[in-house]
Order: sequence, then C-alpha cells, then structure tokens
Amino acid sequence: MLSAASRNALAVDAAPNPWFDPSYVTSNWDSIVGYLAEHVRLTVAAVLLGALIALPLALLARRSRWLAGPVLGLSTLIYTIPSLAMFAFVAPFTGLSATTVLIGLVLYTLVILVRNFLAGLQSVPADVREAARGMGYGAGRLLWQVELPLALPAFMAGLRVATVSTVALTTVGVIVGHGGLGQLIVGGFNANFYRAEIVTGAVGCVLLALLADLLLAGAERLLTPWARRARA
Amino acid sequence: MNLVQEALRYLNDPYNWTRDGGILDLLVEHLQISASAVLAAMVLALPVGMLLGHTGRGGGFTVALSNVSRAVPTLALLTIFAVTPIGFGPTATTIALAVFAVPPILTNTYVGFRSVDRDIVEASRAMGMNARQVILRAELPLATPLMMTGVRTAAVQVVATATLAALVAGGGLGRIITLAFAQQNYGAVLAGAILVALLAVLTEAVLAALAWAVTPGPRRRWPLPRVRTASDSGQAVVARPR
Repeated sequence: MLSAASRNALAVDAAPNPWFDPSYVTSNWDSIVGYLAEHVRLTVAAVLLGALIALPLALLARRSRWLAGPVLGLSTLIYTIPSLAMFAFVAPFTGLSATTVLIGLVLYTLVILVRNFLAGLQSVPADVREAARGMGYGAGRLLWQVELPLALPAFMAGLRVATVSTVALTTVGVIVGHGGLGQLIVGGFNANFYRAEIVTGAVGCVLLALLADLLLAGAERLLTPWARRARA
Repeated sequence: MNLVQEALRYLNDPYNWTRDGGILDLLVEHLQISASAVLAAMVLALPVGMLLGHTGRGGGFTVALSNVSRAVPTLALLTIFAVTPIGFGPTATTIALAVFAVPPILTNTYVGFRSVDRDIVEASRAMGMNARQVILRAELPLATPLMMTGVRTAAVQVVATATLAALVAGGGLGRIITLAFAQQNYGAVLAGAILVALLAVLTEAVLAALAWAVTPGPRRRWPLPRVRTASDSGQAVVARPR
C-alpha cells in the first residue's frame, strides 16, 4: 500500500521538469516540424474538402425549403457528436490512418461551412438578385458575379471559424496516431509528464490557429476591396 | 466478422455495464465531472457576466475571450492541468473543462444583460430602484432565457469534451474508446463511440426540452439546438466543436 507521503512524491517532482525549455525545441526541431506539417496538411485538406462539399449543399438547401430541413438537421446531429466518438466511428473502417482523422474533420468543417454559406447566400438582397436577372444575368453568372461576392463576408467568417476549430480538433487525432501537434501533447504526457513537450505542442496549436485566422482575415481584406473603401 | 454485431454484443453484455469500472461506473464519473465543471463555471461566469453586462463594460473582453478560447485545443488544457502538481485525475479534468465552460456562459450573460431594453432600465431607475434592484428585478428576469442558453451550450460542450480526458489518463466514458483502441478491439471501439455519441445527443435533447418547459408563454420556441453561424456571433457564442 502506498503511504500518503510516497503518493505525493510523483515522478514529476523527482527531476527538474520545466514548463518551457528551449533546448527541447532545438534538439527535437525535425520531429516538431514533421508533426506541424501533418497538422497543417490535415487542417488545409479538411477545410478545402469541407468547402467543396458545403457549397453545393448550401445551394441545394437554399433552393428548396424541403431539402433545407434535413440538411440542417443532419448537420446539427453531426456537430453534437464528440470528436473522439467521431474518430472511433470512422477508425474501424479506415484504420489507424490520417484518412480517419481527415474524414472526421471534414464532417465538422462541413457543418460549420454549410450554415455560414447558407446564411451568406440568404443575405443577398432579393431586389439585387431581381435586378441582375432583369439585366439578363443567367443563373451561373448571377451566382458567380453577384451572389458570391455579396456572400463573401459570411463565407470568409465561416472559413475562419472552421479553420480555427479544425486546428484545435486535429489534436484529438492522437487516438489513431495522427494528431499533428497533438502527438506532442499526449506524447509528453506519456513520457513521464514531460512538460516542455506538452507546452510546445499546446503553444504550437494556438499559434497555428491564430496565424491561420490572421491569414484568412488578410485574404478577406484583399478579396473585398469595396468593403475597405466603404469603411474608409 | 461484423463490427456492428460485435459492438452490439459488447453493449448487450450486462457484465460490461455492471462490473467495476464498467459502463455504469464510467457514466456516473462522467456526469459527476461534467456537473461540477459546469457548476464551477456558472459560479464564476454568471456574476461577472451580470456585472459586465449591467455596466456595459468589457464587451470586447468577453468576445475576445471566447474567440481566443476557440483556438486552444481542449486536449491541450486537459493535459496541462494533468501535469500540474494537481496530478491527473477528476480534479484536473474538472478544472480544465470548467475553463472552457466559462466563455459561453459569460458571453451569453453579457449579451443577455446588454439586450435588455434601455427604456426598461431607465424606468426602473426612475421608480427609485437602486443598482442591486435594477440588476435582480429588471435585468435578470429578462436576460434569463439567453443566460440559460449559455449554460446549456456550456453543459453540452462539457459532457462532450469530458470524453477527451481519457486520452490523458482521466476518467469518464471516453475510457471505453481509448481502452478498446489499445486492445485493437474495434467492436468495443464502435460500442464506446455509440455510447459517447448517444450521451451527447441525449444531453442536448434533455436540456433543450428542459429549456422549453421552463420558458413561459410567447418566448416559447421549439428549442432545436442550432449551430450558430459566424455571422450572428455578435449575438451569442459560436459553439466550439468538441
């Protein structure tokens, strides 16, 4: 039986275990960059695939009220399922691979993006659409030249939320061994509570999310010069 | 081998439910951790949100807090608290989950107080109410529906993210999944996923029904939980995926 004293003396306390340790980062730079690269790959792929699937879904959902109900209802259900369960649902079929993580992440980004895309499309004023149609715009040109530019702010807002959320969620991919920087977080925990490794993973995730958000905000500014002019 | 059949066999075995550390034990632990995390967050966030909302200060702070918190992985905070001197276990898990439950409650309380009609506040002041009375008797009742939405969002999120504690030696239903992965028992993996997903959906449904039942009269709407779009993030918190 453990006495109270020996129970309090965790392995953590035996050796110095600093929260921040630059030497950890420098001596493990290659593996950190490797995990970072996987994290970025998964995030970019999940958001891009999610956007590619979400756009047609949002267009369909807008076209008929009859379709909008099931699409939105199903996406709410998907969003309620915890990520660990989602990966566990997918893993028996795709194994311990990055594909498992990607499928789970795409499902989440899809939900966020369908909502935002739909909100963006619905925010296009009806008389603007009417006027464009009166000027002879066909369905395709109407979408591309009138509706998409007007819906762009909502689209970009959705992309930003989806990207930041995906960066955070990717960490849960450790359950199948493909969690990007999450590998460092849980790896450090399993390596006798190695704090420097855990903090490196955690801070890396936060910085990556903030950087991605900043990049998308910049892209939005570049893509909507008219909004900047109106603000000035 | 049919995985779905294996999962159902796992769930159909009473021993898996009732044994020590079985499904029922884990479920109780899961709910205990979740309840204390939500309570702790409420104790902290409700008064602060009420005060900020009443004075109208700190709006930028609450929005920034909820935005930044979305960039922090739940797993990161769970792990970090587990390697503090607190040690891994239910306490560390509860603290980490409570931290993430604060932003939705705080933001919704703030927004709820801010969206009370200014005329009503003016009128109650003119009737001689002091600050405490204005808060408790005019603003609070009107802000309650939105505050409850915040608590609901937080509760569902906590129940869902509590599963992640199992990745860093915490308890709760997530253990079934992590353990089954370690044993490469994919039937049990699927069974654990079904249990965790079911618990999340049930929590959402029960809390939504509860909100519907306690909301009187015309404000009653079918409280189907909805994923908020970023465009109305000024109104309330965008739920974080779990």
